[in-house]
Amino acid sequence: MHEIFVLAEHRQGELRDVTLEMLTLASQLDSKVTAVLLGSGMDAFASKLASFADRVLVVDDPMFANWNAINAQAALVALINKDKPHMVIVPNTGQGADVLASLALELGASFTSDIIGLALEGDKPVATRAYYGGKINGRIEFKDAELYMVGLREGAIPAAEGSKSGAIEKVDNPVAADATDRKFLDYEQPAIGDVDITQSTLLVSVGRGLREDKNMPMVEELAGLMGADVSGSRAVVDAGWLPADRQVGISGKTVKPKLYLALGISGAFQHVTGMKGADLVVAINKDPDAPIFQYADYGIVDDLLKVVPALIDKLKEMKG
Amino acid sequence: MNIVVCVKQVPDTSDPDTEVHIDGTGRGVDQSKFSFVINDADNYAVEEAILLKEKHGGEVTVVNIGSEAANQVIRMALAKGGDGAIRLDDEKFAGSDPVALARILQAGIKDLSCDIVMTGCLASDDGYGAVGVALASLMGLPHAAYVKTVEVLSDNKLKIGRELEGGLLEMDEIVTPCVLTIQTGGNEPRYASFKGIREASKKEIKVMDLPATGLSEDQVGEAGSVAVMVQYSVPEVGDLAEILEGDPGETAGKLAGILKDKGLV
Ligand SMILES: Cc1cc2nc3c(=O)[nH]c(=O)nc-3n(C[C@H](O)[C@H](O)[C@H](O)COP(=O)(O)OP(=O)(O)OC[C@H]3O[C@@H](n4cnc5c(N)ncnc54)[C@H](O)[C@@H]3O)c2cc1C
Ligand SMILES: Nc1ncnc2c1ncn2[C@@H]1O[C@H](COP(=O)(O)O)[C@@H](O)[C@H]1O
Repeated sequence: MHEIFVLAEHRQGELRDVTLEMLTLASQLDSKVTAVLLGSGMDAFASKLASFADRVLVVDDPMFANWNAINAQAALVALINKDKPHMVIVPNTGQGADVLASLALELGASFTSDIIGLALEGDKPVATRAYYGGKINGRIEFKDAELYMVGLREGAIPAAEGSKSGAIEKVDNPVAADATDRKFLDYEQPAIGDVDITQSTLLVSVGRGLREDKNMPMVEELAGLMGADVSGSRAVVDAGWLPADRQVGISGKTVKPKLYLALGISGAFQHVTGMKGADLVVAINKDPDAPIFQYADYGIVDDLLKVVPALIDKLKEMKG
Repeated sequence: MNIVVCVKQVPDTSDPDTEVHIDGTGRGVDQSKFSFVINDADNYAVEEAILLKEKHGGEVTVVNIGSEAANQVIRMALAKGGDGAIRLDDEKFAGSDPVALARILQAGIKDLSCDIVMTGCLASDDGYGAVGVALASLMGLPHAAYVKTVEVLSDNKLKIGRELEGGLLEMDEIVTPCVLTIQTGGNEPRYASFKGIREASKKEIKVMDLPATGLSEDQVGEAGSVAVMVQYSVPEVGDLAEILEGDPGETAGKLAGILKDKGLV
């Protein structure tokens, strides 16, 4: 039976969900699943992962207390060269994407990044990726190799319950010296603002479809009438139209309002990750093919600059 | 501080009229309705490069793999403050995966002496988020992905902030020369001035084809790739939204009604 290595991701004392998603995917592939855990003080995580893997390979060393791509790559090269797995799955995250391509090139592996699906056809993997902001998918075939590697998108595969009881194997740190070319310093927490959108009941959320900063007052008027808070996509925060603490999505906040009204937001997965837990989603977008409509309960395919003023009028009428 | 910044020309997917349709081959998309722009993250990379040049001196070289049409985004980067450009253009480059793209970029810049190579962290069209890290590996340089802040500490050391999930910044030190993949939002990309645009038209865009790169045919395109996209498909979607029909007055009225019925307003 083939062996699949899964690189566990943890940060600041928390095992990240994508780890269980990767292990779930690996378990669907009829292979021996080995979770690889690099860290410091890993006993609790190791026992948790044991119920999702056939084997947990642990390198417990202060060198891995915080992420460092150079140290991680050195350790993974040693572990992979020793056990020669058929495939390695890493998370397509700030950690995984920081190492996938360089690790694969060092090992001579055939690889692709940011996959949303994976199957084995015979011995060879075939992957599915999303293109053009999620508008179309593509089938990826790999060049023959001893080793295949993929980066799995967060949230693409729902994590199953763990039903295994894998053996925990601690191995000595195979990396002789701490990296000098790159060093972890510390973390800076994102700024906290006036409104905590993770607690909002109603959110009016804007995207780049708003076109110009000068259209913000219209959105604020709508939110004011509804008693909603205003949030937005990364594009809007990058442009400086909203402060960073109002950003919804993978690099922003995860929100769970009763109503999420998405105005001119395309529905990139990085955004959707942060809002798909909303009770009711309404999207207004000029593009009928915008992926946001896949996640919305109601949609209006039109220019938001026309619909929002009309909606403001209706709400004013209703209030009398 | 010499900086190379890689820029890709991509379809403007924020434009509602940019329709993405799979073409007859199943392996390409119909580009006839596309308007093209610089990739979002690359726009921030260009700005970061120019800010560093303004502060610390040196030259900024803009590098692109693309056809003549890409001159538009290259010229704009030159107008903002880039000093020179290289465009790698050959039919044989088509179908390249991140490894082949990185190999082509490396061949294009191998004669430059540079302290930092910047790419975007992700291209908005095929979104591998891998070209920069692959390039670092081929060049034998240290790298950092998802970089939002860059500060020069000394002649050969930078302090960088990598933006992770939840907006957390991981602060690292990295030695130069190195490769950074730049995330959006760390600066405010400037608009090119008229003077800049005028001057850019005089700056050289060096064009290199396959022979000029010194690479062989089997190192580029699909032949030089480790993973190949063989077939596009329309994603299967679950329940789509119920679309409210009518003119803005009507759709707004329907929506207001729904929100009222659900007790949300
Ligand atoms: C590592 C990483 C992390 C990221 N994290 C996040 C995150 O946390 N949150 C996030 O949001 N993004 C995130 N992104 C960015 C994400 O990939 C998208 O680029 C972003 O979500 C796009 O924002 P948008 O939908 O506002 O803009 P666009 O994708 O540009 O979409 C604009 C939409 O507006 C529509 N439109 C245009 N004009 C009108 C009009 N007049 N009326 C109605 N509709 C109109 C268009 O049809 C289009 O669908 C991240 C990216 C990376 C690489
Ligand atoms: N054709 C290209 N020309 C120049 N740079 C590119 C090209 N393709 C990708 N890149 C660079 O690599 C980055 C990441 O691309 P990707 O790995 O495809 O997401 C982009 O933001 C660009 O900086």
